[in-house]
Amino acid sequence: MDFVSQPLPVSVNYMMSKHKSGANCSAAGECVSEVQRILRERFCHQRLPDKPMGLESQYKHLLELLRRTAVHGESNSVLIVGPRGAGKTMLLSCALRELLDLQEVKKNVLLVQLSGLLQTDDRIALREITRQLHLENVVGDRVFGSFAENLVFLLEALKKGDKSSSRPVFFILEEFDLFAHHKNQTLLYNLLDVSQSAQTPVTVVGLTCRLDVLELLEKRVKSRFSHRQIHLLSSLSFCQYRDAFRSKLSLPDDFPDSKFSQDWNVSILKLCEDKSVDEILRKHFNSSTDFRSLHLLLLLAVSRVSVSNPTLRAADILEASRMSNADTKANILHGLSILELCLIIAMKHLNDTYEGEPFNFQMVHNEFKKFIQRKSHSIHNFEQPVVLKAFEHLLQLELIRPVDAGVCKVQREYQLMCLMLDQTQFRPQWRARSGQLMQEKSDEMWQGDENTKGMTLQNSATLSTLACLSLA
Amino acid sequence: MPAVLQCPGYPEAKLRCLAESLQCREVQASTLLALMGEPQQYSYPSVFIYGHRATGKSHVVLALLTELELPHAAMSCVECFSRGLLFEQVLMALFGPEAAALLPRCASFSDFVRVYRQMCAQEPADQTRYIVLERAELLRNMEANLLPGLLRLQELVDDNVTVILLSEIVWDKFRPSTGCFEPLLLHFPDYTKAELQQILSRHSHPSYTPELYSSYINILLGVFYSVCRDLRELRHLAALNFTKFCEPLEKGEAQESDTHKLWRRVEPHLKRAMQTVYLREVSSVQWEQQQMDEKEATALRGLSAHAHVELPYYSKFLLIAAYLASYNPARTDRRFFLKHHGKIKKTNFLKKHEKTSNHLLGPKPFPLDRLLAIFYSVVDSRVAPTASIFSQISSLVTLQLLTHIGHDDQLDTPKYKCAVSLDFIFAISRTVNFDIVRYLYDFL
Repeated sequence: MDFVSQPLPVSVNYMMSKHKSGANCSAAGECVSEVQRILRERFCHQRLPDKPMGLESQYKHLLELLRRTAVHGESNSVLIVGPRGAGKTMLLSCALRELLDLQEVKKNVLLVQLSGLLQTDDRIALREITRQLHLENVVGDRVFGSFAENLVFLLEALKKGDKSSSRPVFFILEEFDLFAHHKNQTLLYNLLDVSQSAQTPVTVVGLTCRLDVLELLEKRVKSRFSHRQIHLLSSLSFCQYRDAFRSKLSLPDDFPDSKFSQDWNVSILKLCEDKSVDEILRKHFNSSTDFRSLHLLLLLAVSRVSVSNPTLRAADILEASRMSNADTKANILHGLSILELCLIIAMKHLNDTYEGEPFNFQMVHNEFKKFIQRKSHSIHNFEQPVVLKAFEHLLQLELIRPVDAGVCKVQREYQLMCLMLDQTQFRPQWRARSGQLMQEKSDEMWQGDENTKGMTLQNSATLSTLACLSLA
Repeated sequence: MPAVLQCPGYPEAKLRCLAESLQCREVQASTLLALMGEPQQYSYPSVFIYGHRATGKSHVVLALLTELELPHAAMSCVECFSRGLLFEQVLMALFGPEAAALLPRCASFSDFVRVYRQMCAQEPADQTRYIVLERAELLRNMEANLLPGLLRLQELVDDNVTVILLSEIVWDKFRPSTGCFEPLLLHFPDYTKAELQQILSRHSHPSYTPELYSSYINILLGVFYSVCRDLRELRHLAALNFTKFCEPLEKGEAQESDTHKLWRRVEPHLKRAMQTVYLREVSSVQWEQQQMDEKEATALRGLSAHAHVELPYYSKFLLIAAYLASYNPARTDRRFFLKHHGKIKKTNFLKKHEKTSNHLLGPKPFPLDRLLAIFYSVVDSRVAPTASIFSQISSLVTLQLLTHIGHDDQLDTPKYKCAVSLDFIFAISRTVNFDIVRYLYDFL
């Protein structure tokens, strides 16, 4: 067979490199691309891990609940509550995977997956349920009086030949809180009602990130809910977090090129001991313990691995962390023209003197003109419409925001605005810009005021000096 | 030589070709390419690219996707202003027209995901599919579930798909109140001055040397760079003004090497362009015409300079009265409009009030009675309060020179605000020989 002329499917690639690995001559490029494939599947596709980490007790609890429905036909309802990226869906999918491994369960159980993002009202949701239960033909053109009637009919239809037992159904509702906003909460009422009465065995599993989700439910809905909640509040210690970091980067044992994978795993071990990497991880851990943000960081790092750079280095992690932590507003500030930046400084000045009171264009322009008067020899005088255009660009970038958006009768010069930036976003940017100016012009006046460079912009005197300097 | 894009899994020649077309964006292009990975590998579910206008966001993304022939659907949210259009376009581009035909009318997100999954099962992806949405900030105005849904589309449809959002607004302004799947943020920085110079100089005129054109660009940037860094705008200005720059050369008044002379000739011209072309007060055709008839060019200004309206005599006074009522505090009316206002010390009178002028704070509302009282005292002749005066007030409101405050049903004491600028009212009062400065509290 001619393998070379056509692109090889991955599985073939796999086998070929397996063959070669004995002879230890597999190309580095192939290994790197294999590493990328494995790790990307982990970080981007949220591939299920073998066991949910750090959530053993919750996992056991959930699995037991689901098994009771699947095997013994008990109805139930449960909410899984946890912050975003805490692993709610992962936990549930792991439990379902284990449950559906059992042959008798797999044959019997039906699964209906709904998401609050997709099924935005109960009509759509009911159609989706019908579809997922494969009952479109049974329903046909039948007309139902009420929602409950329709749902009961669907569940009736699931009864098997043997009248006494019907097939258990799992209803999985992602973004559970969004279902509570549906009109009259009809879907939730009916599902929970079925799960309460001893009809078809039904388990309703809701996933949500809102702790106050029960407050959203109507009284009649709440009373039908079992009040079983599984909380996923991460209790991860830093050591566990670092272990997770290591295991997420390590290559599995069945990697085709064993030498490469050994080298890789050793380099990962070394990476974990590195001082700077440890520091970055600690910073990340302190800001959020969920794995999704870790995945993001790792993907950025892994994407830098290439043939010329076949191992993950501390520098890659450093760069990735820099990229993911960049202040987005400061980045946008960097691209503003000098005129726009001066306007921002004027706004900042107004904010400082009037303690955060909103301002309008006329005030900003007045402030700006004061700056110009002080250093009139070095500054172009811009006409008001040009300044207004710059001001409106800032508005378009949403760096400033109208205080009351509804009022359209006010002239645009007098519309009240407030500044959406704070000191920390402002300062590094400003330093950078003044440094850049110094390089560009090496202005003598700047040299004279060298000591202002290090100063912060807290007092307005420095502020206005810097503003004038920037215009020079 | 620019850094060569490198990524395994793509043909070398195409990458080299790409590197040439993506001038000054090599770093961003290679980062993006590295994130995309090889075509069959998974890519991050959603990528959010932000940066200023005309920093090459769409250009880089689309150039990569089209040149490397990756399956993708690219659209602008300006065009696809409703979710139905959006879904149809995505399915059309990724799976062909028959997939788009499967969508019902008024498709919901649920329908879209269903059709997508169905098509996906028929033709499973061997390459990452990309959905590119330009001007993504408009997604916020559509249904609330659309943006969070798109961000986790990979999970919802269970396919190797990546959604790329492009916007000039930062991600913080997009995040819904209960949070959502966080996309990967990628920043496209603005071009530096040198890069702008390099890019703009590429479009040199065939009949002149590239050096001349580049020195022209240098002059242009000198004038406009501190105001505008938008490449598109600068390019427009460069194209419009180049003939003017070359005029002395064609007439034989200057040599190409005579840069200082050329600069002197063109600089005032460019400054004028800032007031007109840059503000879009004249169209490019008008601008070119202005340049043709040289003599008039000095006299012609932008629209704002000769913005005036023809108004009836009393309307002008009504407008002046409204302006005075809006910008003067009511308690000063005695001083301005009574002949014998008694002795009010000027210093006391001025000190009493706060320092900020009313011209900074904007016009204040005033009742109809006050407007009429001021009107009678500023107009020379005796005027009877007839219906024609009142109808002139309402026609001023229609012209949006005055604005009506409060509800329309308030008939007894309607309140108004004056909505014209100081320059405008100066022009108006000049036509009726009224010295308005003497009556303005801010200018005492």
